Amino acid sequence: MTRIEEFVKEQAEKHGRDRNSLMPILQAVVQSERFLSEEAMVAVATELDLSTADVFGTATFYTFMDTFPRGKNIIRICKTITCHMKGKDAIVDTLEDMLKIKLGQTTTDGKFSLLQANCLGWCHKGPVMLINDEVYPEITPEKAVEVVSKYLKKG
Amino acid sequence: MEKKIKKVDLIFGKVDYLDILDKSLQRSRDEIILDVIDSGLRGRGGAGFPTGLKWKFAKNEEADQKYVICNADEGEPGTFKDREILTEAPEKVLAGMALCGYCIGATEGYIYLRMEYNFLLPQLHEQIDAFNKQMKERNFEFTIFIRSGSGAYVCGEETALMESMEGKRGEPRNKPPFPTSQGYLGKPTSVNNVETLVFALMIAKEGPTKFKEMGTFDSRGSKVFSVSGDTPTPGIYELELGMTLEQFVEEFGDGDTKAVQVGGASGFCVARKHFKETLIGFEGIPTGGSMMIFNSTRSMYNILHDYLEFMEEESCGQCTPCRVGCQQLLKGIEAVKKGNKQPSYLEELQKLSDTMRIASKCGLGQSVPNPFNSIINNFREEIIY
Ligand SMILES: Cc1cc2nc3c(=O)[nH]c(=O)nc-3n(C[C@H](O)[C@H](O)[C@H](O)COP(=O)(O)O)c2cc1C
Ligand code: SF4
Repeated sequence: MTRIEEFVKEQAEKHGRDRNSLMPILQAVVQSERFLSEEAMVAVATELDLSTADVFGTATFYTFMDTFPRGKNIIRICKTITCHMKGKDAIVDTLEDMLKIKLGQTTTDGKFSLLQANCLGWCHKGPVMLINDEVYPEITPEKAVEVVSKYLKKG
Repeated sequence: MEKKIKKVDLIFGKVDYLDILDKSLQRSRDEIILDVIDSGLRGRGGAGFPTGLKWKFAKNEEADQKYVICNADEGEPGTFKDREILTEAPEKVLAGMALCGYCIGATEGYIYLRMEYNFLLPQLHEQIDAFNKQMKERNFEFTIFIRSGSGAYVCGEETALMESMEGKRGEPRNKPPFPTSQGYLGKPTSVNNVETLVFALMIAKEGPTKFKEMGTFDSRGSKVFSVSGDTPTPGIYELELGMTLEQFVEEFGDGDTKAVQVGGASGFCVARKHFKETLIGFEGIPTGGSMMIFNSTRSMYNILHDYLEFMEEESCGQCTPCRVGCQQLLKGIEAVKKGNKQPSYLEELQKLSDTMRIASKCGLGQSVPNPFNSIINNFREEIIY
């Protein structure tokens, strides 16, 4: 058994093998690997006795379930109107400069992906960004650099 | 009519939730449901269905299992109150779920939390474990679980939410059957917004009268508002219903308010000239809480473009009017702005948006005409030039 297969099996044992465990299992894989590889989806399909196409079809519906590799840290900047008004473009520009990537891309060392997201639910404290599960409201370009540098140090 | 905006504190204040539950469990289910009906409480997630009736329908179903779902998907742009409620008063939400469970006869409850709020998970798990234990100690059979979304706005629609919980693509179902007869796993299910559940608990605590006395005939009680945009005081406020937009803007505007988007990207844009006669509530313009304020420096074209882009991205793509309609509306206003289409093309687009209202399968597609028509009707010049 490969590492992924083993991980999926563990998750299936934890959550159960019913169809309604599909989301929690896929979410656990994304949490640990940052994306769903073909190998992972085949493993999930095998464990839950579903067709691989069905697993793929479900996963691709959801914005936060990427089926291609993402960086170890995923930065999501809210692009909805109120964050837009509060200056999210400056945050995007600053981080593109800092990480030397464009929106939607991943750094060559695989440490960061830079994405935009729809409303993150912090409109009164925009602009806001999410790094993995951590939220950073009321950011400025300087604060954004500071926060991302911390993740850079952590590796 | 000169009513001042009144702040209320039913949602966030601390209460002895176990005492409320203990006393409620002594009463008959019908009695509590009648109180909730009598209070006039309507769902706070947007659609505004009377909560007591929903509970009654679910209660009247015969089934070996029923479910309570707390809708914490909160994806509507400009809404952030459910997160605050789950942070500040989680025990009231859990108790509201248990109360609903008692009334309809469900032994399991699920919170569907949007993934963007995953940072709440550690503390919520702890609180849920403690709460489940307290229910067990009372010999009251009710267990709460938590499920996460994965970044899809449409999963806030109750049937899409249940599809997602069942491990499928979050595509809305046809209604009927309604969730109260065939919901999660085909069983009777009551889906309630976070805020709705807390109000129901408070009505069980204080009786229906106090709630009913607040607000207006169709919009009883108070409501938690999420205020953002061009305002010196952005934030979360629980206010008595029944105020006009003029009163609202007087309190929260920056003195230069040009328009307010009431109800988020799926809501309506109200221009300054209509503030006075527009009531915030079910007899005027309803809102799930989202109030985005725009001053005269803002381009209404950018705002409409932003909302359409949001809808176009979040449409599940299941039905043609919505999938293609969102794309065409977005492309259409871009073409008019660039001068590639005549201004009269906007009227054609408005016809398309009217078609979306009647032909789309779920509330997402059906409500795209709200921002589209209200912004175009009020700010046509800004869209063209
Ligand atoms: C596209 C769409 C998104 C929705 N998102 C939410 C949401 O995030 N939270 C919510 O409580 N209701 C949402 N709703 C409304 C739900 O379908 C449902 O009416 C509501 O959860 C019922 O609870 P309530 O009666 O307490 O409001 C949404 C509806 C649609 C059509
Ligand atoms: S209206 Fe839109 S979101 Fe709703 S079912 Fe149709 S395509 Fe999906």
